[in-house]
Amino acid sequence: MSGSIRKLLAGALATGWMAAALPVFAQTSLLNVSYDVARDFYRDYNPLFQKYWKEKTGAPIEIKQSHAGSSKQVRAVADGLEADVVTMNQASDVDFLADKGLVARDYATKFPDNASPYTSTMVFIVRKGNPKGLRDWPDLVEPGVQVILPHPKNTGNGRYSYLAAWGYALRQPGGNDGTALEFVGKLLKNAPLFASGGRDATTTFMQRKIGDVLVSFESEAELIAREFGKGEFDVIYPSLSILAEFPVAIVEKVVNKKGTRKEAQAYLEHLWSKDGQENAAQNYLRPRDAGVREKYAAQFPPIRTFSVDEVFGGWSRAFPAHFKDGGSFDQIYQSK
Amino acid sequence: MKRVLPGFGLSLGFTLVYLSLLVLLPLSGLVFKSSALSLGQFWDIATGERALASYRVSFGASLLAALINAFFGLIVAWVLVRYSFPGKRFVDSLVDLPFALPTAVAGITLATLYADTGWIGRHLDPLGLKVAFTPLGIVVALTFIGLPFVVRTLQPVIEDIEPEVEEAAATLGATRWQTFRRVLLPGILPALLTGFTLAFSRAIGEYGSVIFIAGNMPLISEITPLLIISKLEQYDVIGATALACVMLAISFLLLLAVNGLQWWAANRHRGKEGALS
Amino acid sequence: MSHVVARRANTEPRWLRLTLTAVGLGFLFLFLAVPLVAVLFQGFAKGWRAYLDGLAHPDALHAIGLTMFIAAVALPFNIAFGVAASWAVSKFDFRGKSLLITLIDLPFAISPVVAGLIFLLIFGAQGLFGPWLAEHDVKIVFALPGMIIVTLFVTFPFVARELIPLMQAQGKDEEEAAVSLGASGWQMFFRVTLPNIRWGLLYGVILANARAMGEFGAVSVVSGHIRGETNTLPLHVEIVYNEYNVVGAFAAASVLALLALVTLALKTLVEWKMRQEIREQRAELPPERTE
Repeated sequence: MSGSIRKLLAGALATGWMAAALPVFAQTSLLNVSYDVARDFYRDYNPLFQKYWKEKTGAPIEIKQSHAGSSKQVRAVADGLEADVVTMNQASDVDFLADKGLVARDYATKFPDNASPYTSTMVFIVRKGNPKGLRDWPDLVEPGVQVILPHPKNTGNGRYSYLAAWGYALRQPGGNDGTALEFVGKLLKNAPLFASGGRDATTTFMQRKIGDVLVSFESEAELIAREFGKGEFDVIYPSLSILAEFPVAIVEKVVNKKGTRKEAQAYLEHLWSKDGQENAAQNYLRPRDAGVREKYAAQFPPIRTFSVDEVFGGWSRAFPAHFKDGGSFDQIYQSK
Repeated sequence: MKRVLPGFGLSLGFTLVYLSLLVLLPLSGLVFKSSALSLGQFWDIATGERALASYRVSFGASLLAALINAFFGLIVAWVLVRYSFPGKRFVDSLVDLPFALPTAVAGITLATLYADTGWIGRHLDPLGLKVAFTPLGIVVALTFIGLPFVVRTLQPVIEDIEPEVEEAAATLGATRWQTFRRVLLPGILPALLTGFTLAFSRAIGEYGSVIFIAGNMPLISEITPLLIISKLEQYDVIGATALACVMLAISFLLLLAVNGLQWWAANRHRGKEGALS
Repeated sequence: MSHVVARRANTEPRWLRLTLTAVGLGFLFLFLAVPLVAVLFQGFAKGWRAYLDGLAHPDALHAIGLTMFIAAVALPFNIAFGVAASWAVSKFDFRGKSLLITLIDLPFAISPVVAGLIFLLIFGAQGLFGPWLAEHDVKIVFALPGMIIVTLFVTFPFVARELIPLMQAQGKDEEEAAVSLGASGWQMFFRVTLPNIRWGLLYGVILANARAMGEFGAVSVVSGHIRGETNTLPLHVEIVYNEYNVVGAFAAASVLALLALVTLALKTLVEWKMRQEIREQRAELPPERTE
């Protein structure tokens, strides 16, 4: 026991000193700056790409990962974090980098599928057996139903949840911005709290047993099952939900400076390869490739979705309309 | 008056240079950035309904937490210095825990403990007391993160009290309470105030632990640092710096008032002593 | 007789002692012990092996090393500052003293996120010196220097604020006596001042150290979160937690908690050494007389 602790300490000290003292090796390396729950995906993807790259060019390549909240990450890139590529969970974050001139304005057309190699959607996670019989969005605004979701204004998946409910209300007969505002207002009234992030929302729902339904990414359900057990909850697919896209882009300024354009391009392109798409499916993210989608069909029940572009005219409009100061979220919380 | 002790120029010079480089220059950068706003814009951001509500929450909860810490911290410090009991050293070393524990871990842990289903929350729930995800939860988190300040500032001062002083007071017929109030308290009051100030100021800025337990409901349990983050999430760095400047100004004035009060109290105390001798 | 008086004078009646102890310990139990147990409970939820596995991960090891390194670099600066500032403030009278103390306090009141932000405004690519730094290929933010600077900022007041009230309470008689007996400035400092303030200094260092190691918010802003490179232990905890690896996260957190218990070791060591010194001095007394 004491031996292993000593080893641990020695290792910790040694690595710390090395980090401080040694310059980075001359080997080509890419820095992928990403959002926080993409860790598992890229942990599996990076070795796939490294193998592919080695076979293709004979040269080894190092991939470094950085994960944190999505908009915090792009702000860091704008402030000088030298990312070769960014892989984000909503377009507004990459748009911000385009505004700053770090990413090509037309980044969405540089890769197929809106530059989003996989998608996901918002689903309901309810208590085992669905005791409150929650089936669709209108059930969530009923009095006495407690809804758990991350902060709609400050977090990526909170925003997707918010827009999903808004889009649903808009698509109902007679739906307009007024009815949508009312619908979402009622939904938020049923939220006893706003979690600080997706992970915190899950802890609140699963471990602290607060609330009747958790609105979350479909892919998150698998992670929840891994931590808390499959038998602890049910996943409910509403009749209509939002298509969450995860855009990727090359940071032009950095690859030009570092001379890594070729590698960065290949790294992102490979996301659309069979391997890359299978990896997405294995991480419960909906692949774009039809063949792979077929293979994993059992994992992804059909669900009607709308994209942010279709309903809101893109993130560049949705964001100011709903999440900036004075947007629809703030209107809901104005005291009369 | 000629200064007897050496090192005034050196120590004050070093202090000022270091303070300027590390604190004053960066802070003036903050103020400079926010000056990109017109006065009207600044005022709108600073006095928005949500902003005003958040000041109340942030400063109110911080004050309450600092008062709790001052009261219990005094008792804890006294007990740790003066009394002996089994496991005292272990308890003593526990006091620093809130600093070492990352604030997020503290927040997550406290939220779980104080939720209706948690170890502590389940005993409070029948009493109708909701702590997690209410403003009360904010007070709990802030009490936790500020706890070491009062205890650790008081301990060395209490350790330093000469036993002769108390003995003399007792010999002169003072009761224990009189001795404490008249002799001991004036000596430790500056340290107590310092501890209180530090706990209070640390609580004002705290973000990491609070957001997990606050519930973050607009107008009810939103702290000002959360609004700053919210601005940053909108890529509104200047708006964020404006709110940060407001917090900075309020904190600065409050701290200045407390420190002035302390200086005044110390002088008065010294004046009395001077008059006696 | 005088012995009885002295005892009564220096302590409270038994019932009050017990009550105070109970209240103090109860408070600590509720606010410190229970959360600590909860952290350990989660860390060990899947047994010893999982706990150690969580720590033995290369990323965790690197984070532990980096955290200790940053604290070790940052502390000496703030110790030097703290001693200098408290010397100036507590031994001399000058105008604007309250203002100076308030400015020293200020970093505490600044939200860690803002603390990170202000250094981005200065050293970031869009910041004041950003373009110049980029031109000369000097990396400050999203690299080690930035993380150290931010740590210096958040732990800035500790040592000074610990020492000021203590040194004020002690006054300056002893130092003045030393100087009038012909001691040089440094002699006076090392022989008189330092021994007098050692407990306060120790507490200040311990607090600053704990905070330096545990700081998340400010460091998070300037670290860049690069795995195995700029991730400190608190940042590592957050990432691992977000990955649904609760055991790994709380195991890492418990390491930080245990680092706080270093107080125990340090304080015991210092006490032991002091007792040793006193004993040696006593042993040396007779020869001293013959001098």
